[in-house]
Parts: sequence; C-alpha cells; structure tokens
Amino acid sequence: MQRVAITGAGTVNALGANVPETLQAFQDGRCGIGPLSFRDVDRLSIKIGGQVVGYDEAAHFNRQQISLYDRFTQFTLLAAREAVAQSGLAFTGDLAVQSGAILGTAAGGMNTWDDNYKDVYEGGKNRVHPFVVPKLMNNAAASHVSMEHNLKGPTFTVSTACASSNHAMGLAFQMIRSGASKAMLTGGSEAMLTFGGIKAWEGLRVMSKDACRPFSANRNGMVQGEGAGVFVFEDWDHAKARGADILAEVVGFAMSSDASDIVMPSKQGAARAIAGALNDAGMDASEIGYINAHGTGTAANDKTECAAVADVFGSHADQLMISSTKSMHGHLIGGTGAVELLACIMALRDGIVAPTIGYEEEDAECALDVVPNVARSANISAALSNAFAFGGLNAVLALRAA
Amino acid sequence: MSVQDQVIQIIADQALLDVSDVTMQSTLDDLGIDSMGVVESIFAIEETFDIQVPFNANEPTASDFDISSVAAIVAAVEKLVAQKG
Repeated sequence: MQRVAITGAGTVNALGANVPETLQAFQDGRCGIGPLSFRDVDRLSIKIGGQVVGYDEAAHFNRQQISLYDRFTQFTLLAAREAVAQSGLAFTGDLAVQSGAILGTAAGGMNTWDDNYKDVYEGGKNRVHPFVVPKLMNNAAASHVSMEHNLKGPTFTVSTACASSNHAMGLAFQMIRSGASKAMLTGGSEAMLTFGGIKAWEGLRVMSKDACRPFSANRNGMVQGEGAGVFVFEDWDHAKARGADILAEVVGFAMSSDASDIVMPSKQGAARAIAGALNDAGMDASEIGYINAHGTGTAANDKTECAAVADVFGSHADQLMISSTKSMHGHLIGGTGAVELLACIMALRDGIVAPTIGYEEEDAECALDVVPNVARSANISAALSNAFAFGGLNAVLALRAA
Repeated sequence: MSVQDQVIQIIADQALLDVSDVTMQSTLDDLGIDSMGVVESIFAIEETFDIQVPFNANEPTASDFDISSVAAIVAAVEKLVAQKG
C-alpha cells in the first residue's frame, strides 16, 4: 500500500479567496456569516449565510467560460488552481494518465437551475440558453478541472449531501493508497445560496436566523455557506522524490450508513465511521489530538456527534479538542468537508487549533473541549475530520502531521 | 440595424472578432465557431428576432436552416423574420 501526501490546497469561501486568508480567519476566530445578498432575498425568512462577497467572475474567467461555468464550477476551478500551483505538479505524460479528480457537491449548478426555472416558469420564457445542461450537471466542476489541468485518469463526482467532499476525498485517498493513481485533485464545492436553495432549506425548519453556534446550549440551527475546497493528494514516494512540501498525510478513511432515518443522525452510525477511520489508519484513539467536527449547530447533530465521540474515545474524549468551523464559514453542504480539512491541516502543520466561535452557553450533552471562541496553540500529531450527511451517510478522514 | 447587420454582430460576438472581420462569404468554420458556438449563435438569433430556428445539432445539414455561410444564415433569418411578420 502506498502512503498518501497532501501537497496542495486551495479554497474560496466566505472567509477568504484563498488558503492563507482562510487560515488567518480561523486563527482570528472571524465570522464570515452575514446578510445574504441575491434576488428575492426579501421573500425569505432566513436572510443570513456564509456568502462569498465581492466576487467578480469576470476577473477570473472569460465570457465564453462564464457561459459554461456555474458558480459552483467557478469556485472549484479557482480552488483547484491554487492547489495545483502550490503542489508544483504539471500534469503531462504518464502523470496525466495516472491522475484524476474526485469532487463532491450536493446540488451542483443550483444557480443555473434557479435562474432558468425563474425564466421559464415565472418569466414565461419558452427558450433557455443552450448550455443550461452542461452548466448545471453535478459533474461539471470535475470535468472542467480535468480539462484545465489535463487530468486523464479517474474523474467523477460524488453526491452524498453534507458528506460529499469527505466521501470524495476518501475515495481519492483509497485510489492513491491502492496504487491506482499517482495524484488526485479532490475536495468539493457548493453554491446553493440562491432564492430556491434557501427556500428549500427553510422548509425543514433547521436553519438559524441569527448565527451558527455549534455545541452552545443556546444554538438554534445551521447557517448555509458556499465555496469550494480542493486538495492535491499525491503518492507519498512520488511527492518525496520530487522534494515536494508535504502539508499532511492522509492515513485513514471510513464510511458508514446509519440505515435508519433520512434526516435524524444516529450515534451508532457516526461512531462506526469514526472508529472505522482510526482502524483503517492503524491508529490508537489516544493519538488523536483534534477533531474537526461536523458540528452543524443543530440540536440533533451536535448531541449525537458528541455522544459518538465519547463512545469511541472513552476517557480520551476529554483530552482531545473538537471544534466546528461552520460557526465561521457556514455549512458548505457538499463542499464543507473540504474547507474543514484546512482546519485539520492547520492544526497538524501550524499547531493552531481553529475555534468554535459563537459559543455562549455550556451544554451538558456536548461536554467536550470545543475550543470556544478563541484559537489555541497545541502540538497535534493526528486529527480526524467528521462528516455526517442527511440520509445517514457518514464519512470520516484521519490525518497525521507530515 | 438591418437583419444582416444584427446577424453579423451576433456571429462576430460569438467568434470574438470585430464585425469587420466577418464577411458574407465567411463560413462558421472559417470564423472558428465550433458546434457549441453554432448552438449558442442560434440561441442568440432566436432571442434577438423572437423567432424559432429549425435546427437540430445532430443533423445540421438536414434542416431548412442553412448555416453553410454567413450569407446563407442571413438569408434564412430574413426568411424567418418575414414569415413571422
């Protein structure tokens, strides 16, 4: 089995237009959640989100590209450019054939659906732009990444709601570990902050109107975000041989299905994925110093997640830190695990643990060290990143410091 | 603006060329417009003139809408516009 290195990282999200800005925001405990700005927002009851503001697509893409790239694809391409540039890889020859892209998204081109439904239903138009289909399809981002970087190997999209990017990264990890690929671009993207996107979520009545406060007793729901996170996963020996800077090592992955309920999470299903990732990594639970929580800020998730962590880690649960950066960038749904992996890398590489901001009141059912409000310095050698999706689909990654 | 000028403007926009570079004899191939560009140009023509263009990308030569040159496209659009009136 091959070891798997992370040699590049890129992102666009409410906290920043790249990785350094995002990590700085994590360290500062800065909140990227604010008033939403898009058409018909006045008809929504939920008016906040982690929106990418001040974004000018024309600064990054030409007119022809814009006609083909939905917002979720644009975010993906920008994150991929940053990750590939950092890795220093050029995908040519054999490497191109042995490299691919596995990306997560829950809703794909939601803006394209929303705009065109509005035109044909509300606007009464009988004609839509010819590129609606290639623009909205969930695999558009993966395909455009493969075209832009000449990735000719396995390329596809994973859609498992809020676990999409963790499932994607887990599969990319497995492909490199098995020797099937040399390098994979992986992560995920979401751009669901549209009238239709938020209106749909409102229906579930799980959204907060004021803030995302994971693990805090006064939490009142989740807040949506948008953006992308993309990483270069690379065969360890390949990375070492070319002298690449290794950001962290991916050492384990596990997935499980609750097989119980379409929206309510299960402690057992989450615990099986967490324990499974440790087992896959050949790691003792006591090695984990930090967990990036799924931590949505809903009562159902936070209590279940804390109980699952307590079950798997026993007394070590009180020694480790667990934080939810969704309090800062919001819930990026299919892209969330990718942006959150940045917090794991920061903990392992820089020795700084991102906080759970908005934390105001202790909750006896979430009695773990959730790193409230202020980032913390710590020497972390191993970390987990949790994702537990609607539909009961769980995906947990285990990382070690390089 | 005449139908001819409007069609040339649409094609020039699609080809990222100046209108002066688009002649009546030019073919879409000459102008570097690929199959996606053809479909996008037809969409723009339909939007501009509020007409339905009979064109199937699977059989570009089978339809009544002749796209063999700029002149042919202009003539076809003029015909459709006249039928609409």
